[in-house]
Amino acid sequence: MNEILQYTVQGLAAGSFYALAALGLAIIFGVLGVVNFAHGACYMLGAVTAAVLLDLVGMNFWVALLVVPVLMFVFGVLLERLLVSRLTALDPLYNFLLTFGLSLLLVDLVKRQYGVSGLPYTRPEILTGQLSVGDVRLPTYQVFVLVFSLLVCLGVWLLMTRTRIGMIVRASTEKSELTRALGVDVSRWVTPVFGFGIALAGLAGVLAAPFRAITADMGSSFIIILFAVVVIGGLGSIVGAVVAGFLVGLVEAFGQAYAPTLSQIVIFVLMAVVILIRPAGLFGREENA
Amino acid sequence: MSSKRLVATAVVSSAALLLSACGSGGPGGGDGEFTDGKVTLAVLNDQSGVYKDLSGPNSVKAVEMAVADFQEKYGDDAVVEEVEVVSADHQNKPDIANTKAQELYDREGADIILDVPTSSAALAVATQAAEQQKLYINIGAGTTELTNGQCNKYTFHWAYDTYQLAQTTGTAIAEAGGTDWQIIYPDYAFGQDMDKSFTAAVEGAGGTVGDHIATPFPNDNFTTFLTKAASAEPDVIGAMQAGGDLINLVKQYNEGGYADDGIDLAVGLMFITDIHSLGVEAFEGVQFAEAWYWNLDEENRAWADRFLDETGTRPSFAHAANYSAALQYLEAVQAEGTDDADTVVGHLEGKEIDDVFLKNGKVRAEDHRVIHDVYLAKVKSPDAVEEEWDYEEIVSTIPAEDAFMPLEDSSCSMG
Repeated sequence: MNEILQYTVQGLAAGSFYALAALGLAIIFGVLGVVNFAHGACYMLGAVTAAVLLDLVGMNFWVALLVVPVLMFVFGVLLERLLVSRLTALDPLYNFLLTFGLSLLLVDLVKRQYGVSGLPYTRPEILTGQLSVGDVRLPTYQVFVLVFSLLVCLGVWLLMTRTRIGMIVRASTEKSELTRALGVDVSRWVTPVFGFGIALAGLAGVLAAPFRAITADMGSSFIIILFAVVVIGGLGSIVGAVVAGFLVGLVEAFGQAYAPTLSQIVIFVLMAVVILIRPAGLFGREENA
Repeated sequence: MSSKRLVATAVVSSAALLLSACGSGGPGGGDGEFTDGKVTLAVLNDQSGVYKDLSGPNSVKAVEMAVADFQEKYGDDAVVEEVEVVSADHQNKPDIANTKAQELYDREGADIILDVPTSSAALAVATQAAEQQKLYINIGAGTTELTNGQCNKYTFHWAYDTYQLAQTTGTAIAEAGGTDWQIIYPDYAFGQDMDKSFTAAVEGAGGTVGDHIATPFPNDNFTTFLTKAASAEPDVIGAMQAGGDLINLVKQYNEGGYADDGIDLAVGLMFITDIHSLGVEAFEGVQFAEAWYWNLDEENRAWADRFLDETGTRPSFAHAANYSAALQYLEAVQAEGTDDADTVVGHLEGKEIDDVFLKNGKVRAEDHRVIHDVYLAKVKSPDAVEEEWDYEEIVSTIPAEDAFMPLEDSSCSMG
């Protein structure tokens, strides 16, 4: 019983990284129609930036949680303005290739500068150790990651459903042409939305820094799972990305616990089953498929 | 969006990337004793991935240092004037290693291939060496298969292997009272081999191994595997991961607070570059097998100083071993006056060697296992670190004869 609770928390904690990053990926896809292949690299950049700032200016984890996403937002805005926007009018394939190329470039630049062995990162004292719930002990950091990312997801959901900005973004995501026809300047929102999506990936990266190896390659396998997550959730669906993120985390954890060798395959089996039964994903609309 | 086109483009891009790492070789004159009139040493290893720092480009530097030393030592008396060093990236994939090895031997005229981390890739290169009848000295891979079932006349195993790692770490910890083990290993040739070797060593020293937990490779989330291993309340969790995977696992082991429950972490294979990257704090007190340590004595230190000048970092044992293998190969060429593979193999077989890497070294003729003294090392506490890279305390020296698989246990037949 103990173990099952532990596996659940571990799965949800792992799912938190997927949910946050997939949320960014889904928003970007929704508004821009761009499949951002560089999302894994942005996750990596978030972690690397946190580690570098800690090393250079002693910036602690809490400050990094705020500062790094802001930096990543600026990076995303520049990326969209300078590169992505030039290709949006063309076949989506061009932006796919652009972001794929960018991710290779970013990974290699980080390798060149910092090597492949990874960068050290110290956790804040308060998040070390374990929390005891009854006779179950849960690593404090995992619980923190879970709660924190749930709050962020909730915040994004409120932003999307309760504010005018959110309404416009959702409308642009789901019925871009119609929104335009109603006189909303969709293109004004494209750049900040792209930046916001990148910032979420960066935030996931900062959260991963104390807990995972900070290496140039950390985003490479992450992005593959991330694509599975957005496909399961439904491309462009915001709720779908979050739900599928946590779901995949759970599937991975229980897979690891009960069928270790199959733990990664299970995720893709789940993806295949979802596509078979609901081709547009759990929360996707058929017409988007 | 056309997903077929997306996939097709991605495939083409990856294929283009795979092909981009080749250098160029040229035909030479040939003066009878030397093919192409020169000696070509090829370093085939991970130039860009997880094993880049522990060997990678700096091993190419180490081999170049060996060439420079050889040329300085013999000057005009050298039997061959031109010694070339080439390198290639095998990305830790056996199929790429296979193709690259073929290219290096055939097209670039390599007389010898060095290094090749990742066991499955190393076995592929060993097969190529046997087919092409050219030398291959392995440094980076750990599988004992190279000197057992899949041994061959042209393949040597220079630095370490899984038997020796287990013999050093597994036996030492079990004898010190850590008898109840759980093993977490990555599910590929090296990990499976490590699992077997450690189980044998621990059981040989009177311990028991409960679960053998296989994990994907590469993998960034080990929390569930650790929980599962810890639920059996063992004395020791043996982690057989390497590189970035090992760092993930150690971070998550520390996070879970298992050390407070009295569950120790034993690491199967660790390189000094891992400690450097994660920091001494994270690894403090962890015991592991070390094939060579830069700060062990004056001789090692002097070489490590030169290496530091060349590369900006201290050497791992793999760097020193690549230097040693290249140097001893060139010495053999010098002694025989030819780069003919059979002659050089004959020269090396049974040879006793003492150099900066090999202490009490000997090239066993029967299975081509190169035996030498190895060490049980312990990661220092942060307070004890006196300079950068001063991370290890050598706990004990395991004499060459005891450290490696005894000949009578080897299933190698050179045929």
